[in-house]
Amino acid sequence: MTSSVFFGLATIAYIFAMILYIGYLAFRKNSVGIVATTVTIAGFVSQTLALLMRWAEFKEIGGMGWVRAVPLTNLYESLIFFVWCLILVYLVIEFRYKNRSFGAFITPVAALALAFIDLTGMSKNIQPLVPALQSNWLLAHVMMSFISYALFAVSFSTGLMYLIVKSDQRNEASYIFWTVTLGILVATLAAMGLDFLTFKVAFMGKQELIRSYLFRASFRSESTAVVAASLAATAGIIFVVWRFGGALKRIISGFNISADTVDELTYKSIAIGFPIFTLGGLIFGAIWADQAWGKYWTWDPKETWSLITWFFYAFFLHSRLMRGWKGKKVAVVAVLGFVAVVFTYLGVNLLLSGLHAYGSE
Amino acid sequence: MEKDKGKTIIDKIWDLFASVRLAVVVFALISATSIVGTVLEQQAEPEKNIKVLVKMFGFDHETAHGVLGVLDSMLFTNMYHSWWFLALLLLFATNLIICSLDRLPRVLKMVKEKVRPMPLEHIEKMSITKTFSQRGKASQLKDFALSGLSSIGFKPLETSGEQGIQLYAEKGNFTRLGVYITHLSILIILAGAIIGIYFGYNAFLNLPEGEISSVAYKDKGVEIPLGFDLRCDNFDVEYYPGTDMPKAYRSWLTVMKNGKEVTKKSIVVNDPLTYEGVTFYQSSYGSVPKGMGNGILVLNAVSANGKSEQKKIRIGESFAIPGTPVTGHVSDFSPALSIDQSGKPFTYSERMTNPAVLVEFSEPGKAKYSGWLLKRYPQTWSLPDGNRVEFLDYWGVEYTGMQVRKDPGVFVVYLGCIIMAVGLYMTFFMSHRRVWVALTEEKGSVKVLIGASANKNRTSLERKIEKMATAISAGHKGGK
Repeated sequence: MTSSVFFGLATIAYIFAMILYIGYLAFRKNSVGIVATTVTIAGFVSQTLALLMRWAEFKEIGGMGWVRAVPLTNLYESLIFFVWCLILVYLVIEFRYKNRSFGAFITPVAALALAFIDLTGMSKNIQPLVPALQSNWLLAHVMMSFISYALFAVSFSTGLMYLIVKSDQRNEASYIFWTVTLGILVATLAAMGLDFLTFKVAFMGKQELIRSYLFRASFRSESTAVVAASLAATAGIIFVVWRFGGALKRIISGFNISADTVDELTYKSIAIGFPIFTLGGLIFGAIWADQAWGKYWTWDPKETWSLITWFFYAFFLHSRLMRGWKGKKVAVVAVLGFVAVVFTYLGVNLLLSGLHAYGSE
Repeated sequence: MEKDKGKTIIDKIWDLFASVRLAVVVFALISATSIVGTVLEQQAEPEKNIKVLVKMFGFDHETAHGVLGVLDSMLFTNMYHSWWFLALLLLFATNLIICSLDRLPRVLKMVKEKVRPMPLEHIEKMSITKTFSQRGKASQLKDFALSGLSSIGFKPLETSGEQGIQLYAEKGNFTRLGVYITHLSILIILAGAIIGIYFGYNAFLNLPEGEISSVAYKDKGVEIPLGFDLRCDNFDVEYYPGTDMPKAYRSWLTVMKNGKEVTKKSIVVNDPLTYEGVTFYQSSYGSVPKGMGNGILVLNAVSANGKSEQKKIRIGESFAIPGTPVTGHVSDFSPALSIDQSGKPFTYSERMTNPAVLVEFSEPGKAKYSGWLLKRYPQTWSLPDGNRVEFLDYWGVEYTGMQVRKDPGVFVVYLGCIIMAVGLYMTFFMSHRRVWVALTEEKGSVKVLIGASANKNRTSLERKIEKMATAISAGHKGGK
């Protein structure tokens, strides 16, 4: 089980990187930025090693070839791969645009995903492959889906950044939109942090109890008072972000990234992510479904939600290219599009049933 | 509003269908209704959906029942086959056709329009420009410019006039059609789906080992003739060692026409059999209701001194171990044998996860011993007296569950998918690029003016132009 050690190291590295990037954004110390990048790269190398090790372990246990033994068969493995793609895309952006400020927006998404793994108590064991997943399409379909998810996550981050930089008035719709979105994101992170703390203290880390502990210390608590307090706290966080959002704007504006660069990044990540999602997620998925189940499209919840996601990004591209929408309007679409991605990926597995239920354990 | 005057109703309807606004409304409607469709399980027992409503929205049972009744009357419980959902898809297709037709003439014109020489002041205003001066003659520099252009993939034309020599080129003009190719591919996929609905079917067939069927079954037991006979020769499940998790399950099938065997294939999940347009997908399996009653066991009896003989017998029958006076009597069968805490064997499942037979051995006149032989555990096959009985197979006990599908539209769908991939590639990774190089002689030196434009991915063209400009000036110096 050596791979889990390296995964653990990577998780710690990414959480430190998140703190460092936010620190870099706040204090504008170049040395902090260099440390942040170094820590991120170290985490990435460690995670790459871990992925390869797990791949080899999987191959050993399943007794299959390399192509089929790709460790992308359950929620845990897919989240790990999602984070890996996200960090890879981020590092490419950092080196191409020679700018670190995106890090403070992208590493929290990675940290959120990793915290989610522990809080939902999903199984980290290598599970033997059920017959339906024994196909060469697994590699192409799942990998491409997650590469596109990572690109959409980038567009979410840059879309949010753009809105922050471009909104001035507190009563402006775009200002309210980004403060509410960021407020909810912060509240979710805080709730997960709270889960972590209460869990570690109350149960001393007993692994079997953590199953589905997500939000048990806040929104899903058994006590109505705690639920009410959590909702009030969320409203409070949103209010604080709304009230002091201007400060964040000043910090980001202080960096030498133009709003146009951010806007272009949003567009570029969607312009690359959309065809990859269409081909790998929808088309390869349909071909595989046709071979495995004899139906290329069944309106199964996962399929339906990926179609909804596809509509969102198709709308983004059309409104930008056809209608010439630029700036704030399309940034809002990019942010909402990623909400659809998160639901396609996690919501469907956790809330709805269907053929794609492999990931729910 | 001013420009709407003088438009006929038909123009207005056309404009509506050509608009992105309608597309947004249709996207939103399809998405919103689909969300309801993903929450409610489609074509399911009402009780299941009442449970879902109670769990997700906290309704009491009574309210959930009422809500489900309303949703059911609006066809939400089988919405993807409802008339209004099909109407939405039709609206989507119409929107796609008309908006494409509306814009296509303009785009075609841009595709056909050949690149032409430009006045210098136009070139100076291009989105990408580069100027520098070089000593020498324009005709000398032209050769370097020509090779520079071809090194970045352009095939330039040239003209000369009062303003000097001009080279101009374009590529990728057809890529402007990428969007329309993508739109077309969606329509092709929809057409393929319609062909499938009207000329194809989805059915299932549970076929016990050794049996033959000439039909498959749709929902509610409607029979569909296959046009040939299908026989299941054998079925087998392979488990991951030490678990009851199936690693693979496989059916050996034979297609027969007019009593003659035509083709044979073994199928597993992800590897179906297709014959005359009908495809059989391995999807499930189970035990036949009669259980082991008529089943045949395949045992291999091996004596201590190495003589062996394969036996095919039924439950209740006996066999002899070759070269010995020992006979075995098969008295019981268990599809899934386990041992409880007190050491007593019991059957833990009706599925054939751990098949075992109870065999009572005896020599003439006296019973010797009896025990369970487990198919998955060869260590149970050795007997105390050095003989062995290998439990190799059982047959006629299980059925294979198959999805049966005929879909003449699936090739059309695949074709649409390929076209979509091509269209998307053209749309997002290629662009229409135009470049002009003007060489003007002025007082013993030549002014080189490069202008270029791309409808997408400007930065990558910018880099190439930079490379070319360096090549032109370096080539000139090198040439001297």
